[in-house]
Amino acid sequence: MSVRNWLDERFGWDDLIAPLRKKTVPLHKLSYWYFLGGITLFLFVIQVLTGILLLLYYRPGANEAFESVQYIMTRVRFGWLIRSIHSWSANLMIFTAFAHMFSVLFLKAYRKPRELTWVSGVILLFLVMGFGFSGYLLPWNTLAFFATKVGTEITGQVPAIGKPLMIFLRGGEEVTGATLTRFFGFHVAVLPGLATVLILLHLLLVQRLGISIPPQLEMKWTANPSAKREMKFLPNFLLRELMAWYVALGVLGALAAVFPWNLGIKADPFVSAPAGIKPEWYFLFMFQTLKLIPPKVWFIDGEIVGVLAFGLIGLLWLLLPFFESDQPSHMKRWITGLSVFALAYVVGMSVYGYLAK
Amino acid sequence: MAILRNKLRSFSAARYVGLAGFIVFAACLSYGQTTNSCLDCHSALPDPLGVSQEKFSQDIHAQKGLTCASCHGGDPTSDDPDKAMSRKAGWKGKIDRKQIPQLCGTCHSDPAYIRQFNPSLRTDQLGQYRTSVHGKRFAAGDTKVAVCTDCHSVHDLRAPSDPRSTVNPVNVANTCARCHSDASYMKGYSIPTDQFAKYSTSMHHEALAVRGDLSAPTCTTCHGNHGAAPPGVDKVQNVCSNCHTFQAQMYEKSSHKKAFEAASLPECVVCHSNHGIRHPTDAMLGTGPDAVCMRCHTPGDACDQARAGLQNALSQLDAAIKSADRVLGVAESSGMEVSEARLGQDQARDSLTKARVTIHSFRTDLVDQDIQAGMKIAAKNLQAGKEAMIERNHRRFGLGISLIAIGMVLAGLWLYIKKIES
Repeated sequence: MSVRNWLDERFGWDDLIAPLRKKTVPLHKLSYWYFLGGITLFLFVIQVLTGILLLLYYRPGANEAFESVQYIMTRVRFGWLIRSIHSWSANLMIFTAFAHMFSVLFLKAYRKPRELTWVSGVILLFLVMGFGFSGYLLPWNTLAFFATKVGTEITGQVPAIGKPLMIFLRGGEEVTGATLTRFFGFHVAVLPGLATVLILLHLLLVQRLGISIPPQLEMKWTANPSAKREMKFLPNFLLRELMAWYVALGVLGALAAVFPWNLGIKADPFVSAPAGIKPEWYFLFMFQTLKLIPPKVWFIDGEIVGVLAFGLIGLLWLLLPFFESDQPSHMKRWITGLSVFALAYVVGMSVYGYLAK
Repeated sequence: MAILRNKLRSFSAARYVGLAGFIVFAACLSYGQTTNSCLDCHSALPDPLGVSQEKFSQDIHAQKGLTCASCHGGDPTSDDPDKAMSRKAGWKGKIDRKQIPQLCGTCHSDPAYIRQFNPSLRTDQLGQYRTSVHGKRFAAGDTKVAVCTDCHSVHDLRAPSDPRSTVNPVNVANTCARCHSDASYMKGYSIPTDQFAKYSTSMHHEALAVRGDLSAPTCTTCHGNHGAAPPGVDKVQNVCSNCHTFQAQMYEKSSHKKAFEAASLPECVVCHSNHGIRHPTDAMLGTGPDAVCMRCHTPGDACDQARAGLQNALSQLDAAIKSADRVLGVAESSGMEVSEARLGQDQARDSLTKARVTIHSFRTDLVDQDIQAGMKIAAKNLQAGKEAMIERNHRRFGLGISLIAIGMVLAGLWLYIKKIES
């Protein structure tokens, strides 16, 4: 008796995977963009697995965190590899999540009936950035310490709730060991819990609603159904996705082996911040924007204006599908224009922020 | 106008005083009744009589509540210059230079009085001053020598801790140089005037003025401040040892101590000079232009051989540390974690520093102990660097194998996809 038969007898395995067998993936010249969501999921799984392994040795606390990561990097067998893969895959995951979002945006995959898939995806992107922000502090090195200080200070600029929120995030007025403990809690419990629920919802919606087709192609295929080309999800697309995962694994391994993630210098709250300190690359476009806003906009503090503007843009971004037309033939041009502008802005400001002194 | 003419007449001892008096009186009339009429008028006067409100407000005395009358006497509450500056009201006018130390000492030698402002402020300045070369010459009638106000300034006198103070450690050398670097002013004192020029090239000046290390020595650190005097040939070692304790301890037990004493040589200064002290290098033990041993010793003698041995030992440890640094640097730039070995390098450098201090014992056996300790640490760190490089190569080899395996899986998957799709 095969394992498949054994499972089928007990759990109705064939019925369980029947939807996947029926599932198809549209085949066209832009089909390769469909791999990005899967690669992001693969990197998330890598994050979970390497994160669990790091937890075996990592100790949260201002007096132990740095030393425990140093121990992982130098004494634990393959500890350097696990930590480097964890750090690199975190960055790659944020990159692929952004790329996935923009691909969905340009392929118009967010429109009816996939509004909630978009909403869950954008919230997942925010969570992934939250993972990055909270995880960055955990090695308790100088750069992470001051980046967290600056980052939480910006949170404190939000009117009314900013200050209490900042104190909640920091566990006090200043960034201390209490902040580290909190961030550790967010990073290994709160965020993974939320992310898992949202990923399941996101996948369920993808499974339920199928894979979107670009509007023009959709109109073409509707007019001429015989022109429609598809690929079976199981096994054809999944095998190709598997290949993409292997490529991602190879890239991760190469980055980890050739450029092991630097540990830096242990954080010292009593020294002054290093000159030209910047956040991680995925926050650079926001950071640079805040730097460019004048100290006073009319009579309001410039930083407050910036923080409120980003909050409002984030909310509108989340609700973007609800502004789009239901008809593939009447796609709103301003949304396409906004998408191009958003991509150009994020890339341009990130490069500017990286090069700026 | 008649009153004004009367007032002007009383100020007409000299023309400029008359003009000044007019301005003073006009200012007094325009400002009306105030509690410190001195500044009301003097703030409008040109130098040397002018003292602005802004300037005087910076003065530590003003900040502690003292007024012009505290030193100059008079009645600052009166608007009438005649009354304010009347001898009857105790007005002293411009303080005679000969009276300055004693006037300052009136308060600054009174512990009970000073305690109410600053309990930790010393009150022996006047006593110290009288023991100084400045003080002795002043007592002998030489009014060119420095008195309190020459160094501390007047009317805008700031606490020494204030970076703008003329006696703040960073500014002391410039303050001393105002007189001591002025060849024409110092004419007749038969002392050199190049101390500041030399000091400006010294490592002490670099530490203080460039690196901002306020513990670095300036003129007063070695010469004293109120009791300023040259340390004297036999006391140089005591002056240097205030900071360079270990070097002094080593020197104290060395053979050079007796030899220098016998020859009346000024100890530390013989090799290191005084005002223009440069950063010591191992080349001082060599035979080149910076060498100091060979100024006295004969080439080929036992001391010359010991000198060569010491220089060689220091060079060896220095080279070993640099070699380990190089390997660790390459390992670090390859992303290897070598911070422990890097920390160990600091220990090796400490050993080198200790050996350089021990040089002042002029004993090869003692120096060798430090050198060997440093060599051992440097060798260990070098090994750690080499092991990190081996580990790096293992990682890259492992990556190569993994990439080949991944490539094979990818090829297999591709062939399988082609097979099922055909």
